[in-house]
Amino acid sequence: MYNPFSLSRKTILVTGASSGIGKATAIECSKLGASVIITGRNRERLNETFSELENEGHNQVIADLCETSSLQNLVTGIEHIDGIVHCAGITKNIPFQFATTDKLSEIINLNFFAPTELTRLLVKNKKINKGGSIVFISSVSGVLCSAPASSMYSASKGAVNGLIKGIALDLAPRGIRVNSVIPGVVETNIFEAGVISEEQLEENKRMYPLKRFGKPIEIAHSVIYLLSDASAWITGSNLLIDGGLTLQ
Amino acid sequence: MELQEFISNFADQFEDTDASEITKNTIFKDLDEWSSLLALSVSAMAEEEYGVSFKGDDIRNASTVEDLYMILKNKL
Repeated sequence: MYNPFSLSRKTILVTGASSGIGKATAIECSKLGASVIITGRNRERLNETFSELENEGHNQVIADLCETSSLQNLVTGIEHIDGIVHCAGITKNIPFQFATTDKLSEIINLNFFAPTELTRLLVKNKKINKGGSIVFISSVSGVLCSAPASSMYSASKGAVNGLIKGIALDLAPRGIRVNSVIPGVVETNIFEAGVISEEQLEENKRMYPLKRFGKPIEIAHSVIYLLSDASAWITGSNLLIDGGLTLQ
Repeated sequence: MELQEFISNFADQFEDTDASEITKNTIFKDLDEWSSLLALSVSAMAEEEYGVSFKGDDIRNASTVEDLYMILKNKL
């Protein structure tokens, strides 16, 4: 069957696969024929994602990407891959006057340093096949706009924006593409623990011309486009998927 | 943690509202300056000063500054 978005014969590493966008991405990749390697910190939740993967030939690795030994272990265990999807990330809504270096470090470590170092180790050890594709889950926040109490999160995603453009150039000679998707707010449990009330979330939804937040599976599908050979001439770009948020 | 000290820390989050306008009985959501950003500031202040944070529901369920103080006190 004709399918330019097929991922068959590709091995894809998905970080942050225990929940949200990472979970949806891993599952959708498996449905499109990829062998998937999933990582996450929580064994139980990662196993849940693993059990939902379709077809055979998948792997799961418990890893804390902020720990050097854990990162090394993950990289050593990987033979060759055709794609990476950096989904692991956190957000914190903290007004700027409370954004201490300690709090900023926590966000930058997971949202920026961890995916950067993981990518570097995989590149240095020549684990990424020619024609490979690296996708970062970034955000409209920090690239096109920000939101109240989001300076630290925006800074981490702004850093990713600069990073992908530089890596895209450095890896172009190897035939490896590097892109990001920049979603607006997506309904994931990243909010469950937060201080933001239900009313506030409803009010935020009304800011979107399409009148709702994104769904993890919708982000997964844009990621799959960037992983597939359908996007073979796209590198260093940010794919906007925001329900029209940044139009006005 | 003392109530007076909490009220002072709470009032400190406001720019345009004079601290004298804020007492334990103030219905803080009725203050002109109250906003979702201020709610986040109050929560961050609680974390910085007392090591505990408010959830969205905590602030929604409180009406006066003293209510907020009691919620916080129960978390300590």
